Amino acid sequence: MELADVWFCVIALLWLGYLFLEGFDFGVGMALPILADSEAERRVMINTIGPVWDGNEVWLLVAGGATFAAFPGWYAGLFSAAYLPLLLFVVALIGRGVAFEYRGKVDSDRWRRTWDRIITTASWIATLGVGLVLSWNVLGLPLDQHGNRVGLPFAAIKWETVLGALAIAGFAFVHGLVFIALKTDGPLRERARRLALRVAPVALVPLAALLLVVQFRSGSGWTWAPLVLVLVAAAVALWRLAAVREGQAFAALGVAVAASVVTLFGSLYPDVLPSTVDSSFSLTVAATASSHYTLQVMSWVALFGTPAVLVYQGWTYWVFRRRIATHHLPPVHVP
Amino acid sequence: MDVVELARWQFGITTVYHFLMVPLTIGMAVLVAGMQTAWVRTGNPKYLRMTKFWGKVLLVNFAMGVVTGIVQEFQFGMAWSEYSRFVGDVFGAPLAMEGLVAFFVESTFLGLWIFGWDRLPQRVHLACAWAFSLASMASAYFILAANSWMQHPVGVTLVAGKPRLTSIWAVLGNNTALVAIPHTVTGCFAVAGTFLVGIGAWHLWRKRDAGDEDRPVWRASVKLGGWVGLVAFAGLSITGDMQGKLMFEQQPMKMAAAEALCHTEQPASFSIFAVGDVGRADCESVKSITVPALLSFLAHNDFSTEVRGVDDLVQQYRDRYGANYPVDDRLGELSGKPIDYVPNLPVTYWGFRLMIGFGALAALGAAAVLWFTRGSRIPRSKWFPRLALLGIATPFLANSFGWIFTEMGRQPFVVVPNPTGVDGVWMFTAQGVSGLTTGEVWTSLITLTLVYGLLAVVEVFLLTRYVRAGVPGVMPPDPTDDKPADQLAFAY
Ligand code: HDD
Ligand code: HEM
Ligand code: HEM
Repeated sequence: MELADVWFCVIALLWLGYLFLEGFDFGVGMALPILADSEAERRVMINTIGPVWDGNEVWLLVAGGATFAAFPGWYAGLFSAAYLPLLLFVVALIGRGVAFEYRGKVDSDRWRRTWDRIITTASWIATLGVGLVLSWNVLGLPLDQHGNRVGLPFAAIKWETVLGALAIAGFAFVHGLVFIALKTDGPLRERARRLALRVAPVALVPLAALLLVVQFRSGSGWTWAPLVLVLVAAAVALWRLAAVREGQAFAALGVAVAASVVTLFGSLYPDVLPSTVDSSFSLTVAATASSHYTLQVMSWVALFGTPAVLVYQGWTYWVFRRRIATHHLPPVHVP
Repeated sequence: MDVVELARWQFGITTVYHFLMVPLTIGMAVLVAGMQTAWVRTGNPKYLRMTKFWGKVLLVNFAMGVVTGIVQEFQFGMAWSEYSRFVGDVFGAPLAMEGLVAFFVESTFLGLWIFGWDRLPQRVHLACAWAFSLASMASAYFILAANSWMQHPVGVTLVAGKPRLTSIWAVLGNNTALVAIPHTVTGCFAVAGTFLVGIGAWHLWRKRDAGDEDRPVWRASVKLGGWVGLVAFAGLSITGDMQGKLMFEQQPMKMAAAEALCHTEQPASFSIFAVGDVGRADCESVKSITVPALLSFLAHNDFSTEVRGVDDLVQQYRDRYGANYPVDDRLGELSGKPIDYVPNLPVTYWGFRLMIGFGALAALGAAAVLWFTRGSRIPRSKWFPRLALLGIATPFLANSFGWIFTEMGRQPFVVVPNPTGVDGVWMFTAQGVSGLTTGEVWTSLITLTLVYGLLAVVEVFLLTRYVRAGVPGVMPPDPTDDKPADQLAFAY
């Protein structure tokens, strides 16, 4: 395996970390108005992700940075071609980030309601955006021989990319509900679990459909294996959830998202960004990669950096492992 | 406006805005970690109160730093894709390292610090504050190493028309970076110091007659901030002087532009203030107050050094880097046109002066406040708090002007040629943009500007509330009150 192939896998891994981690904090935001019955419950929901959402988001930044360093043409081509969807996505991330931090800083219902709306809307837009861009990337963009988009900003949107948007949004929604069931206690926990059981059979369908589309378009024989694993893991998740084993259900969803990423990136390889105009314009792993030396440097950094990140992020989750419920919340105290 | 101009405005607006949050975060993080250390070591509740209060200010600001940073990270690919393709082999590495080494640590340990007050042993909790502060400095290191490479490309060879990295150590140890980093980081401390001074002074003054249990908190804040501000300014002058000398070697046109120096002079005088339009081509119409030979000294530590003027440099640049842009459709109107090598002189000339001027003003202000509050004095004049609060703006302005000068002074290049480096490693700004429609860039420019404007209002509103409320606004209502054992000490 060439170093470029390794870096293709690293980037897939970063996407996996991102979808798995930010997937549930997006989901918490998406479910905020549906699941919570009271201000106290909304606070509980937001506090389940309070200490971790920013760390989760960094997975995306590092995925972007690693793509820039290891495959500059991929980074440049994808980001400029998907300009407006990414703008929308970034604005949604801005809204969410600020909202989490600011919502509890003024003791007024109107203030909190405004930020709640921003959290929910932004979480939906952001997941739809991630799904759109990811499926665009896997299914191909109309690129010319320089790797630049031909056609108008939204010309490349097709039903498959809409499916991709729904796939990630649907997954994040379920993932967030299961996370709430795992991290909270009391009526909220039970409601989250029930809702997850009810919506999952519908909400996970687009993901399965997207994977099948991708598999039939560009999959290899072996990518059937992770695809089947996705379906099995999703079924296991539901089964464990029905048995009130939220931790196991959450882990099974993790397997499902991991296997989804393997299917998507496995089908993408050896391209990094296929062109729908002419397959000879597609950007490939081998041709788009940075120089061997740059990849070597990056490999050393990743070799030491990644385990450290996993250790201290894991530790954070350990520190904040306790379930929280409304009676754990301190009274609101702000100026 | 065409795509290049729009993308430049967008980059300029969004980075300058990002860099309003950045220095406050970097400077304040270290100061807060220091306050917490003092508390852990002495047990003096004054330090705990300082930590809580300034820590809250830090958090309100941090959130904005994060969300505006994300825009920056994406913008290289979105709006500057040709640039990204050109520099990717070199430039992506520090950016990725910043994420992997700095942002992960920063975001994770800040989360632990905010929510960990009652979950972590005291010393572990303190270590989280330090991890966070040091990581924010590490992020400054990597991003400035990336930026310095654009000012002075090193550690590369030219392969197939693109720079290829040959030594990461050369990039991370770039002499341009090694002076830009201390200069920028001390600039961050100037911001944080002045912040402490301004707000501390206002609180002291407000309760000058009434007994204020937090008077020691504000007094300690003013003292700390004042001294940090003064030392920072000294550091800025020293590192700034070092930067000037490098700039003279590495970017002679920027040096000339900083002075709006038309003709080569030997010895060259330093202009303090000019009357008239420094952008005018003839130069003769500008009257300027100058200090003889000072520029020569700034450039090369020698009062008789020759400093070359814009007119002479233009010819030299044409000879070395070409008189016309290449013929290329993607350059639009500029294709095949003559290259204008002169940066925007009014901006560079005044930017440089305003950077130094506002920085000096900040230092003066800090010294004045320290003097007026010495011992147990508190001035009674109502001008005292007004000026102290107004002073908070000065180092922010100095930082912004510093960046505007640095970035606009390198035009028309986005990657400036290194006079002693490998030939061919440079890029004109106009070549760097993505092949977008103007509609797309207008959309993003307007959207981001509006969103940023709105957020500025919200941030200032919140900061004002917290600042007004003082320490009681951030401390638990009554520490002796028994809270239920399983209640969280902190929650959103
Ligand atoms: C001198 C320091 C410095 C400079 C020049 C920049 N930044 Fe910055 N940035 C920081 C110092 C910093 C910081 C101190 O680390 C921040 C500010 C507040 C914060 O939350 O972290 C940050 C946050 C921040 C984040 C969010 C990190 C997170 O989620 O925790 C990103 C993605 C960037 N920045 C990216 C950039 C890019 C692409 C820049 C170049 C144009 C840039 N920054 C200029
Ligand atoms: C690593 C850090 C940075 C990089 C890589 C970078 C890169 C760039 C790029 C690509 C442009 C657009 C091309 C141009 O017009 O020159 C630009 C412009 C600009 N940047 Fe930076 N920048 C960095 C940091 C900053 C910071 C922190 C600031 C200030 C807060 C800043 C201020 C500006 C300004 C004002 C412009 C507009 C210049 C003009 O329009 O002529 N930059 N920079
Ligand atoms: C005597 C005082 C100062 C001198 C001589 C000085 C000198 C310089 C020089 C020469 C540069 C340009 C470097 C280059 O483009 O190659 C620069 C940039 C800059 N200055 Fe200053 N400066 C001074 C004070 C300040 C103050 C007070 C601040 C802020 C509080 C500040 C903030 C900045 C920033 C943010 C930059 C851009 C980043 C960088 O290139 O490092 N400077 N300064």
